[in-house]
Amino acid sequence: MGITRIDCDILIIGGGAAGCFAAVEIYKRSPDCNVLIMEKAHIERSGCLAMGLNAINAYIHPGQTPESYVANVEKQFEGVIRKDLVYSIAKGLNSAVRDVEEMGLPIEKNDDGTYKMRGKRSIRICGERLKPILAEAVCKTKAQVLNRVVATNFIYDGERVLGAFGYGVRNSNFYVVKAKAVIVATGGASGIYRSNNAGEARNLIWYCPWNVGTGYAMGIRIGAEMTSFENRFIALRVKDVHAPTGIIAVGARSKQINAHGEDYLECYYKHLGGNKCLTHHRLLATIEETKAGRGPCYLDTTTLSVDEEKRLKEDFLNMNPPIILLWAANGMNPRTKPVEIHGTEPFIVGGHCQAGYWIDKDRRTTIPGLYAAGEAAGGAPKKYVSGSWVEARIASATALEDIKGFPHKKIDDSLILKEQERVLSSLNKKTGVLPHEIRERLQKIMDEYAGGISMNYALHEERLLEARRLLRCLKERTNDVKSENNYSLVDVLECIDKLDVARVLVEHLIYRKETRWSCYQARLDYPEKDDKRWRVFVNSIYNPDTDEIRMVERPLDR
Amino acid sequence: MSIYIDENICNGCKGLAEARCERICPGDLCYRKENTKAAIRDQSACWTCACCVKECPVQAIELRLPFQISCNAASLKAQLKRNRTIWTIKDASGQVEEYVIQARSLKGD
Ligand SMILES: Cc1cc2nc3c(=O)[nH]c(=O)nc-3n(C[C@H](O)[C@H](O)[C@H](O)COP(=O)(O)OP(=O)(O)OC[C@H]3O[C@@H](n4cnc5c(N)ncnc54)[C@H](O)[C@@H]3O)c2cc1C
Ligand code: SF4
Ligand code: SF4
Repeated sequence: MGITRIDCDILIIGGGAAGCFAAVEIYKRSPDCNVLIMEKAHIERSGCLAMGLNAINAYIHPGQTPESYVANVEKQFEGVIRKDLVYSIAKGLNSAVRDVEEMGLPIEKNDDGTYKMRGKRSIRICGERLKPILAEAVCKTKAQVLNRVVATNFIYDGERVLGAFGYGVRNSNFYVVKAKAVIVATGGASGIYRSNNAGEARNLIWYCPWNVGTGYAMGIRIGAEMTSFENRFIALRVKDVHAPTGIIAVGARSKQINAHGEDYLECYYKHLGGNKCLTHHRLLATIEETKAGRGPCYLDTTTLSVDEEKRLKEDFLNMNPPIILLWAANGMNPRTKPVEIHGTEPFIVGGHCQAGYWIDKDRRTTIPGLYAAGEAAGGAPKKYVSGSWVEARIASATALEDIKGFPHKKIDDSLILKEQERVLSSLNKKTGVLPHEIRERLQKIMDEYAGGISMNYALHEERLLEARRLLRCLKERTNDVKSENNYSLVDVLECIDKLDVARVLVEHLIYRKETRWSCYQARLDYPEKDDKRWRVFVNSIYNPDTDEIRMVERPLDR
Repeated sequence: MSIYIDENICNGCKGLAEARCERICPGDLCYRKENTKAAIRDQSACWTCACCVKECPVQAIELRLPFQISCNAASLKAQLKRNRTIWTIKDASGQVEEYVIQARSLKGD
């Protein structure tokens, strides 16, 4: 194994939606800036966008304003959001979308050239090729791309992030990438909870299975302040294949019905707003229907016209091919049978919800030299793909400004040796725990003690304290984990990252003693929303020397 | 099973340092065996994202659903053209349906 040392001006970790956009943006603003993307997969098809998309979920249509956009996000998230961040996103949405259209993304339009409205804040795209289109735009810049290099930790001298370490899964090289600024854009975290499917279908999940929260874990391990992990995201999706339902509910205007064919939101959940209820209430109502014995629940697609059905299938081919297989295998079509829906396992994400790095309005994290964008950045829910682009733009501009006249700092060899040893330690073991054993143990603990699917997502103190204890035990066993090749080495690193994220998550869940968001964060022991006490952000800072997680509160208004 | 690789069709992407399916899989699951045919490391790790299905130039890979999701067989193949994607779906009764969908706006197309 060799060591590859590279120096650059700005290092982007994760070449997904935000990472690719950042590289293009930096090139536009400063063509001579030396940019490097470190990507664990291949930027042509990596992360959330690998399957493709059929809609851009955040857009300001005529008649809407950035202010009305912020008001909606605030309402959806029960008043706890970073309005400054959401507003800065809202202002940039339309121009970011226009940029990606320029790159080659087909967007459905009206005769006058404006984008066709799909939902109130979304547009319809033919996005099967969205990721290759972004990657192609990156290729037109001077950015260097390291594909198949997994970031493992930041290079941190106690004061500033000086770059990142990575492991090359193709060449077994250890990478030391020095940078004046680092933008973390590694997406959110899946695989922390047990999923709906097991065995051979265990990775048939909604979120990208290889976004495992490494970017969060790397920040946690150097004491970066994290926010709102307790605002978990649980998606209401097509059962088994987890295809998004928005395209059916919004695009095709289908109603949610229970096993008796009742429009259950209107029949039983009028107090929550019926069909106009918040996203998390749609999920709650579906869980409650099942508990009441009126499940399974469905989206009623039987009212679609032949043309609408064809369109729906095309939309799904663009973003979720497995659902097409499900219909084909079972000899049915959306028009012949309603589509069954259910809740997924919880995910930790900053794109649909707001877990992530605590950042300032310019996307600086609390650690000098480190910036965050996309799902990795917290406080701004409902940013989706277009908001991730806007954040990438803001983070790029800030990083470029901050590094002006900034010299490279020297990296102490002891830091390199220490990380190299950590990354490779599992390879040299003859016996030990296997990565899948760690993963299964983690998922079992989280499912049963920290509000997973089997608990209907419910949380309470005693179980959470038990989760805390069990995770600590599991953490100790990660010293014994062994790997056999590069593939399982990455598996080991991912397990450790998930565990670090899970431990912080559990502290957040213990700390917020109210119920702010149904299902996402719902406490059996504190079932009410308590605006007097809890209109605050719950943040955390890990101390690597003492292995303790300190909780801090931050006020809403800024 | 999530993807099925037909060894009679796979040509191993002869001449390429990295097979196309191997290069593209977001989970690093595809590789070439010693006989130079492609294989998947771990079916249970597959996301069924269809990236490898689209990327294979000779359509040697098809997407299927794991048996636990449906006990009937259906399959999906894809072919990437510069500005559109052609999908072929075979349902459980063997009936085939084709979809051609725009994937990129090409100037002057
Ligand atoms: C299934 C699905 C469907 C969606 N549908 C829509 C939709 O229709 N409309 C919409 O607007 N939004 C949609 N979203 C949301 C949108 O895709 C995300 O918000 C957006 O992609 C987030 O961008 P990101 O750059 O933060 O993460 P990603 O795009 O996921 O990029 C993260 C990148 O980091 C890489 N990475 C991770 N860990 C490491 C590491 N250790 N080292 C190096 N690289 C690493 C990953 O491989 C990936 O390339 C969807 C999301 C999912 C999961
Ligand atoms: S891309 Fe197709 S032809 Fe090439 S190795 Fe993979 S399966 Fe075989
Ligand atoms: S379907 Fe996707 S996850 Fe599965 S092997 Fe192919 S590229 Fe990899």
